[in-house]
Amino acid sequence: MQNLTGITINDYIILSTVLFCIGALGVMLRRNAIIIFMCVELMLNAVNVLLVAFSNHFGDSQAQVFVFFIMAVAAAEVAVGLAILIMIYRNAGTSDTDVLNKLKW
Amino acid sequence: MSITEYIFWFLSFLAVLSGLMVVFSKNAVYSVLYLIITFFAIAGHYLLMSAQFLAAVHIIVYAGAIMVLFLYVIMMLNQNKSAEPNKHPYLMFISVIAAGALLLTLIGGLKSATVAQASNAQSNIGTIETLGKVLFTEFLLPFELSSILFLAAMVGAVYLSKNKLEA
Repeated sequence: MQNLTGITINDYIILSTVLFCIGALGVMLRRNAIIIFMCVELMLNAVNVLLVAFSNHFGDSQAQVFVFFIMAVAAAEVAVGLAILIMIYRNAGTSDTDVLNKLKW
Repeated sequence: MSITEYIFWFLSFLAVLSGLMVVFSKNAVYSVLYLIITFFAIAGHYLLMSAQFLAAVHIIVYAGAIMVLFLYVIMMLNQNKSAEPNKHPYLMFISVIAAGALLLTLIGGLKSATVAQASNAQSNIGTIETLGKVLFTEFLLPFELSSILFLAAMVGAVYLSKNKLEA
């Protein structure tokens, strides 16, 4: 890896794995839908870090363009998702995912 | 250890610790603030990997736009108090076990993977000039399609958050 002495691609793989698992833990643990949403953002960012690390490793800028598109899609997703959350809050009076169990089998 | 390694470990610990605080803090506003710290640490990682343009875009889009949107929604839903009584005492235990199992599985699987040796990497792949050339030649169609995606998201968000749905 250029201009990074001692930091290998494996360090970045482990870092993004840990960040991804923290996000997954939050999705499993928390019941507030807003915080679940933020943990999904954290998981997306873990993947972005890995893409940039491999882009830097192989000297290929296409992965960085991919990260750019992921950020764009994440921004659109957040806008729609938060609108849905506001709708849910307006209809159910809460953002607790335990209350929203009408689709539960 | 060189200075870049110190910066790498500092940013990594900062990202992981504040990521954990996002999950475990009771107040939703604190979660948002810790997530902003995580995003700044990730932007530092991008700078360390000489992806200057992505670092700037990351700060602007995530810390500037998305987290403000989150804070705004938390304010609107009036969730700055620590609601969420813990009804399931084993939920936290089971979640931590499951996430730890996922982490062990992923790291165990990725440890045996070997990454091909780096080709002769040039140092200017993260600049605006290079990324702009790639974006407007190879990825021109996805770039234009993303504008349609934004339009659809905008229309959807406005329609969903209207006061009454007359359908």
